[in-house]
Amino acid sequence: MPEIKVTPLGAGQDVGRSCILVSIGGKNIMLDCGMHMGYNDDRRFPDFSYITQNGRLTEFLDCVIISHFHLDHCGALPFMSEMVGYDGPIYMTHPTKAICPILLEDFRKITVDKKGETNFFTSQMIKDCMKKVVPLNLHQTVQVDDELEIKAYYAGHVLGAAMVQIKVGSESVVYTGDYNMTPDRHLGAAWIDKCRPDILISESTYATTIRDSKRCRERDFLKKVHESIERGGKVLIPVFALGRAQELCILLETFWERMNLKAPIYFSTGLTEKANHYYKLFITWTNQKIRKTFVQRNMFEFKHIKAFDRSYADNPGPMVVFATPGMLHAGQSLQIFKKWAGNEKNMVIMPGYCVQGTIGHKILNGQRKLEMEGRSTLDVKLQVEYMSFSAHADAKGIMQLIRMAEPRNMLLVHGEAVKMEFLKGKIEQEFSIDCHMPANGETATVTTNPSVPVDISLNLLKREMALGGPLPDPKKPRTMHGTLIMKENSLKLVSSEQALKELGLNEHQLRFTCRVQLQDPHSDPDTLNRIYTHLKSVLKGYTIQHLPDGTVMVESIVIKVSSSAEDTSTKVLLLSWSYQDEDLGSFLSTLLKKGLPSGLC
Amino acid sequence: MAAHLKKRVYEEFSRVVQIPQEEAPAKKLRLSKPSKSAALHIDLCKATNSTDALQYLLHFARKPVEVESVEGVVRILLEHYYKETDNSVRLKIASLLGLLSKTQGFSPDCIVDDAINTLNNEKSHQVLAQLLDTLLVIGTQLPESPTVRQRLIEMACKHLSDTYFGVRNKCLKLLGCLGMADTPLTKDNDGPGASLGGVRDIQSIISDFFGDQDPRVRTAAIKAMLQLHERRIKIHEIIYDQACRLLSDDYEQVRSAAVQMVWVLSQLYPESIVPIPSSNEEIRLVDDAFGKISHMVSDGSWMVRVQAAKTLGSMLQVSHHFLEQTLDKKLMSDLRRKRTAHERAKELFTSGEFSSGRKWADDAPKEKLDTNTVNLIASGACGAFVHGLEDEMFEVRIAAVEALSQLARSSASFAEKCLDFLVDMFNDEIEEVRLQSIHVLREISTHITLREDQLDTVLAVLEDSSRDIREALHELICYTNVSTKECIQLALLELLKNLNKYPTDRNSVWKCLKFLGSRHPTLVLPLVPELLSTHPYFDTPEPDMDDPAYIAVLVLVFNAAKSCPTMPALFSDHTFRHYAYLRDSLSHLVPPLRLPGNGLDLVDSRCGSGSVESAQLFLQQSLNRVSTIQNLEAPGAQDLLNFTIRDLQRLGELQTELAGAADFCATYLRCQLLLMKALQEKLWNMAVPLCLKQNVTATAAAQQILEETYKLEFLYSGLESRQVATIHHVRLQAKALQLILTARTRQGLDPLISSCEKFLQDIESFQRLFVAELPHLQDSFVDKLLELMPRLSSCKPVEMVKILLATLRLSGLLQLRLPEQIHRATATIIEPTGESDNPLRFTTGLVVALDIDATLEHVQDPQNTVKVQVLYPDGQSHVIHPKPSDFRKPGPDRHRLITQVYLSHTAWTEPSQIEVRLLLAYSSSSTSLSSSSASKLGWSDSIDSLPPPEAAVEGTIPFSKPVKVYIMPKPARR
Repeated sequence: MPEIKVTPLGAGQDVGRSCILVSIGGKNIMLDCGMHMGYNDDRRFPDFSYITQNGRLTEFLDCVIISHFHLDHCGALPFMSEMVGYDGPIYMTHPTKAICPILLEDFRKITVDKKGETNFFTSQMIKDCMKKVVPLNLHQTVQVDDELEIKAYYAGHVLGAAMVQIKVGSESVVYTGDYNMTPDRHLGAAWIDKCRPDILISESTYATTIRDSKRCRERDFLKKVHESIERGGKVLIPVFALGRAQELCILLETFWERMNLKAPIYFSTGLTEKANHYYKLFITWTNQKIRKTFVQRNMFEFKHIKAFDRSYADNPGPMVVFATPGMLHAGQSLQIFKKWAGNEKNMVIMPGYCVQGTIGHKILNGQRKLEMEGRSTLDVKLQVEYMSFSAHADAKGIMQLIRMAEPRNMLLVHGEAVKMEFLKGKIEQEFSIDCHMPANGETATVTTNPSVPVDISLNLLKREMALGGPLPDPKKPRTMHGTLIMKENSLKLVSSEQALKELGLNEHQLRFTCRVQLQDPHSDPDTLNRIYTHLKSVLKGYTIQHLPDGTVMVESIVIKVSSSAEDTSTKVLLLSWSYQDEDLGSFLSTLLKKGLPSGLC
Repeated sequence: MAAHLKKRVYEEFSRVVQIPQEEAPAKKLRLSKPSKSAALHIDLCKATNSTDALQYLLHFARKPVEVESVEGVVRILLEHYYKETDNSVRLKIASLLGLLSKTQGFSPDCIVDDAINTLNNEKSHQVLAQLLDTLLVIGTQLPESPTVRQRLIEMACKHLSDTYFGVRNKCLKLLGCLGMADTPLTKDNDGPGASLGGVRDIQSIISDFFGDQDPRVRTAAIKAMLQLHERRIKIHEIIYDQACRLLSDDYEQVRSAAVQMVWVLSQLYPESIVPIPSSNEEIRLVDDAFGKISHMVSDGSWMVRVQAAKTLGSMLQVSHHFLEQTLDKKLMSDLRRKRTAHERAKELFTSGEFSSGRKWADDAPKEKLDTNTVNLIASGACGAFVHGLEDEMFEVRIAAVEALSQLARSSASFAEKCLDFLVDMFNDEIEEVRLQSIHVLREISTHITLREDQLDTVLAVLEDSSRDIREALHELICYTNVSTKECIQLALLELLKNLNKYPTDRNSVWKCLKFLGSRHPTLVLPLVPELLSTHPYFDTPEPDMDDPAYIAVLVLVFNAAKSCPTMPALFSDHTFRHYAYLRDSLSHLVPPLRLPGNGLDLVDSRCGSGSVESAQLFLQQSLNRVSTIQNLEAPGAQDLLNFTIRDLQRLGELQTELAGAADFCATYLRCQLLLMKALQEKLWNMAVPLCLKQNVTATAAAQQILEETYKLEFLYSGLESRQVATIHHVRLQAKALQLILTARTRQGLDPLISSCEKFLQDIESFQRLFVAELPHLQDSFVDKLLELMPRLSSCKPVEMVKILLATLRLSGLLQLRLPEQIHRATATIIEPTGESDNPLRFTTGLVVALDIDATLEHVQDPQNTVKVQVLYPDGQSHVIHPKPSDFRKPGPDRHRLITQVYLSHTAWTEPSQIEVRLLLAYSSSSTSLSSSSASKLGWSDSIDSLPPPEAAVEGTIPFSKPVKVYIMPKPARR
């Protein structure tokens, strides 16, 4: 049986460094190529030596697909394509292709210029890498080669995030990337049709969470910010530059406008402006409201939100600052946090998930004393709030997607093992399908039962239709006779005559003959007559003929009578039928073996 | 669709109008009659190829065919049909047959045989489908013929096994439209279900196609079943399972139809018991259906989601705990088997399967659950409304809000629960949704009391920049109950903030506070000293009486004081003075109070109990008194009328309930008085040249009477045909008077003859219109005229005038009978207020927009009748027709006009005032009796085509006080 193999190189029972290898129908595909936020050593990139120890990856991979521009999904891309070596096509959606290089460049700058790492990819490498990218449109089927085709679906989550369906023949895999089933202020909800893939590879960040209604969350968030501002406190919202940042910006922007608030809102990083530009452009990827109103006013043209300068952090009075990165592990958000942590009027709102080991994770778990680099400690006095704003599907959303796509098997990645375990149980219980959750480097194998397409000749089909009523009845299977020809990788079902002609073979007939002894005192013709009347009474609806040459024909079965030499009352019946009439022939032979009923004249 | 409809109405209308106006088209039609079928025949014979024939047919289809010639045409068409080889032509003929059999008055039973015949011989699938469609038309035209019906159904059954989906579709449609529940059918043997054979029920035949391979056919099958239901045939319960299976179909149209089907069944058999798969539990069918439809709210297609959300709202029989599930997102928390529910549910609830996402790390996994627990309701159904309200498409959100409101109105506890969700919707990003949820909350607000935090969220919306939202919110606050005095304070504070920010909301805010006060007197009481800023020892400065905020506070306090007698004791002196002032100036906002001192008597005299009845009695008595005047020249009659008119006017002012009726009577009597004065003895005894002056007054009187009668007819709603007849009668009298006066002044005969003819026509039309009312008009002017009619129509104009004069002077006063309710249409312009001293400056040649905000009461069909008139100082006047969308309907018989009027003028040297007023347009040709047809007429009337100026002035009644606006067009600078 054919198999589909899925091997996560990253994101297997883990969040970060998404990189999943799929081999389906003889094709090898890499889904995402991300980096890990929690590590600064070799572990931050996926282990490409799993694919090949030495040499380039090109010959082992048919294509690479990037679901969206978050670094944990695309951060290792230049490393893989330029430093390890890959020349094949890389697929991503248009917005992803536009925004991805900005983020990669930013990432490179931080690692190389700030941390002083060497042996890292260069700007040129990013550019070279982006040259290999083939852009995708939503719902566009792209043929990677003759057999492999991919198709993108809308995934919500961030601008340009896509779910990908990978199809070889009738086998298919859907990889969700990160997705969101509830629409928000700037993005719509993920949607997929009933494509019934063999495996649905889904993220499971929030495997055990069912979130409150988003309006509740929004209201809570705005209330917390508002209260803190009214107290005169400063609010720090650590975000990743793109994605949630825009969502929260729109939220605060509209709120500020409605409530006529004056406190400044700052956005900390320069790259946002560049990215916001793309947000303004890719209106078709946003939600209904923005799509409909952008003619009057593009929602991404903020009035109240200004660029942040480092010196502003010491300004007196209330303010709201969005700063990157989102988990407080480095950069500006950490600097501002250090400055503001001492004042209990201030507040930090963590709007999303924090990976273990980051400061974000620590303070959320209630740690009030932090050890910083250089043995110093930091007292955390400011309020720490958590609002789940990250645009991942919650447990309910994952279930909903499964219901929409109706996969035959599930595979969970991008989540914590214990939580996955829980969701796995739920999925198996509710949908009664197999659910896998391989760890990194572990291979999950799913055997598929692909349907094999066979061409059928029109003549044959028409003949069959003429025989048994016009409409195929879905409730009843029907048998048809034909010849299956396998020729040059294609299958064809044709009538036997045509098959003979095509293959240049002569037709051979196969006939069965059988003798049946019968006790009957009458003369031969009489017996034959008796048989004729008997069969006529038994087999209604068949053509039975009494031919003048002393035979009885039932359809194509010939019956002859001859008396045996020694005993005239023992008649020997000769039955002969062709291979096609096997059923009727054997039925007749058993019938005649029972003898003729005495009541016949 | 709407545009299409509109166009069609317009077409119909234009046809109706043109035929009576000019006789020519009717004649033309008659001419073409005999040639119609013949022409077709010739055309079709001429046609050399199928394209030509098709062209002829298309051309032919554009014109209507008269009843008499339909049959002939059908014969010709059929004849051609048999000869025709081209499919498209046959298709067109088939569709024409259907069209023709719809002709009014034509009975299509004669073509049934032919149609069936053609059906049997037809090979093309498309034509077959069209023929079946034609048969459907024929079948629906002949509802009383069971034999035809039976034959058609048999035909349909026969073709059900066709391979083309269109044919199957049409067959199913035919079965749905014509099939009967009680007629068993013998299924033909060549169908796929041949083995089943025998006698079969129509529903099972249709339900066979629920499993068809083509989604379009599946949809058609469900639609056919729904059609059966619409025709009041009871659908079998067994269909339920099949319909439920279709809910998970791959195609959205099928799912959408299946949702409807499941809903229908749940309404038919709400109490049936259905088993839950994979367990031995059973639940009510309506609950099961509710669960399944809830599930569809998270469907992949938004059309289905809208459908499902809408449907949920009408499932009122659903059990409580199911209903509440829809607001719950937590899976299976108290949804265990009933037997074990109590002990297990609690434990489950506390163990918390899923975290809420509000707190960090509250989702640490706990021990695994018992897996053999059974969901009573598919888990997807939980939180259906939570999903619906969060949906991406605002259509779904609106549908969900509407469904919530319907369910909440029928269940108080559900209303309580959905409150939070509705309040959350106030923050929706689309204004329409916000507005809708505010309306819904208002509708269910009788069930609920807002908590402080909820009120907080509600009130936050007061800062919304959209006026509609704010006003809807004010309406909501009018109906809300709050629980604490802090809430009152909060509401007041926010409303004052709102007033400050948007001064135009003044009236609305005051009204809102009025209701807030009268609803919560006990909560307001402890706040009074603070609100009025009184101090136990010190006198506080008297607040400014013109401050809208202070008035707002007073409105709140006074309305609370109405049912709280202890409150006035807390008032300071100036409060009482202000009360007296406000009671007079804003009497609709400030209720009468029982105050110590002199105010008391006045209050009592103003509104004693039963005053309405006594006023009614008084009104009736006055009318009776007037009716004693038999002769118009009786002494003292004029005085009596004068007094009665005065009394009635005063009554109208005092008793607002009777204002309409009193006004109506007074106006009517004024007409009579004018008539009386005009017909005074001495005037008519003098020679013509001597009484020129009197003549002038009489002419003016006649003109005024005419105007007044139009007012009587169109300004008042609730008139019956009897009153209309009376009004027309007065109008006729006035016209007679005019005719007499014309005869006296003008020398020429020709104009006199024409006006005489016109008058005779008027009498005739009166007779035609009010045949039913004539018995009530005994002894009246018209009655006498009708008696003299033969003489009038034959005599000379001069003689006729004489007769008229005599009858006019002899005829008595027609007594007025009052209908139940008469309301006078009124309009108040709220904005512009006319108080501004700052002129509106603009450059000549350009336009300036003037915001107009007005309330209209008792105006029927304001979209068509209400116009804005702008009067410039130089006598120029413009009539502007507001857009239909500028009218809002906040309550019954109430409309609100918020529009912009564009002004422009040539340069002035200094600012001056223009007048703005509202006009009620009427068309003098249509009486208020035929107002229904008149409204149709107006609908198709396009906005840009204003009526010509003369007609407009003649056909409009100013019904609002004019408001003066100061404007200043500056000369353009070069």
